[in-house]
Amino acid sequence: MTITAKANSLWEYANPRKFLATSERLLPFFWLASTTCLVVGLVWGFFFTPDDYKQGSTVKIIYLHVPSALMAINCWLMMLAASLIWLVRRHHVSALAARAAAPVGIVFTLVALVTGAIWGQPMWGSWWAWDPRLTSFLILFLFYLGYVALWEAIEDPDTAADLTSVLCLVGSVFAILSRYAVNFWNQGLHQGASVMRVAAVTGSDTEEKVSNIYFFPLMLCIVGFVLLFIALVLYRTCTEIRARRIKALLARERANA
Amino acid sequence: MIALLLRDLKLAFRAGGGFGLGLAFFLIVTVLVPFSVGPQSSLLSIIAPGVLWLGALLACLLSLDRLLALDWEDGSLDLLATAPLPLEAVVAVKSLAHWLTTGLPLVLVAPLLGVMLNLPETGFTWLVVSLLIGTPALSVIGTFGAAITVGLKRGGLLLSLLVLPLYVPTLIFGAEVARRGATGTELETPLLLLAGITTATIALLPFASAAVLKINLR
Amino acid sequence: MIPDLGKYTETVLSAYGISIVLLVALVVLSVMRGRRVRTELKSVEQRMSRDG
Repeated sequence: MTITAKANSLWEYANPRKFLATSERLLPFFWLASTTCLVVGLVWGFFFTPDDYKQGSTVKIIYLHVPSALMAINCWLMMLAASLIWLVRRHHVSALAARAAAPVGIVFTLVALVTGAIWGQPMWGSWWAWDPRLTSFLILFLFYLGYVALWEAIEDPDTAADLTSVLCLVGSVFAILSRYAVNFWNQGLHQGASVMRVAAVTGSDTEEKVSNIYFFPLMLCIVGFVLLFIALVLYRTCTEIRARRIKALLARERANA
Repeated sequence: MIALLLRDLKLAFRAGGGFGLGLAFFLIVTVLVPFSVGPQSSLLSIIAPGVLWLGALLACLLSLDRLLALDWEDGSLDLLATAPLPLEAVVAVKSLAHWLTTGLPLVLVAPLLGVMLNLPETGFTWLVVSLLIGTPALSVIGTFGAAITVGLKRGGLLLSLLVLPLYVPTLIFGAEVARRGATGTELETPLLLLAGITTATIALLPFASAAVLKINLR
Repeated sequence: MIPDLGKYTETVLSAYGISIVLLVALVVLSVMRGRRVRTELKSVEQRMSRDG
């Protein structure tokens, strides 16, 4: 009995231990690199780029808006991948990484929404427009909230991991569906003038539309956000692993006593 | 399967079942709308399709937490899970029963409420058609949400939070069909997309719901 | 020190302010929770090893 339990626990801890050690080694590098990139990129963008002839100085918001929006979507993709790994391979670290990433995704989505709204106020004349992109992000935000709420609501960690993983899979399909539905819905309402303007700064035509002066600091900010995301997720995953370990130890203590 | 369906229907019609609840809610919402936005018939006829769709959706949402919770509490869900019937089929039957007791009455009442909201005459057919096609998807998606939250003590709020974003595509296309029907414009595209969503969710989501239920029953 | 932002000064500054506050709050909260969990784990592990 004790031997199997020991073997089991060793196997259980083998991966998380290694994960902890590796990320402890990597984390300082990621913190440093992301801070450097973000500070340099934002300072460069904020102080040393000219105003756009049409948007004036609001163009500077791009350095926060675009990277956070990009990472908000990528964060969901990362959670999707982690959920799949958990469902197929049952690696606990994977499920915990998905859990750790969700609040990061919420904050990035919030940053994208808030900066979008603040930018939209002088540009469109209103804080909120039911523009397809904004609406899709609102829906993404709801998905994140539901995901985190489900994690918090369920006590048994494995059940929670399973359920949130399935929710993540189903949610991804519906998120893509919503994206197209919202596109369709708004074009049914009015012409896409505002869509074009948003596409000019957030879409794939960034390179053409945004000239090199804006492009380099923007790239730096994007790299900074990516690194920040990695650092945060690694760090938070370590926290989750430790929290889980505490839970397991306390449970064993109670079982022994 | 048919026995299970009949049992669910019987339970729903009995006192305390969810039958009247959704219907009453739908009625209340649509009757209250003119009080809140004003009695101008031109305004009401514009928003009527959207209001009716929203009311139907919320009525569906309201009845979801009873969909599996009662069976969970009295343990009949465990029995069903060990029964020879595959859990996917059980879930599908549950969705069907929910639709028959919630979705279908809503569809039947909708034209009546359409009259009260001054819906243009051309809109009635398409309102009923869109609801008829769209509400099954609401039931199936709702069953998935109910399956996820079934083990939780107070899962009602969480259920709404989980299901709401999943309802967005159905609502968009359904309301679009009804709106275009009311104004008499081309509606083939949203209609096909709505039908696509419904058939896809009916075909695929019961598997996800059954998987989730299995996890919860573990 | 702050460059001339024209008529959009408040817009740009509030966007930067809110975003940076949000991001810093996320990092600080993460680190705080990480520290707390780490010390708690240490104390639990010590107790376990002491008690055998």
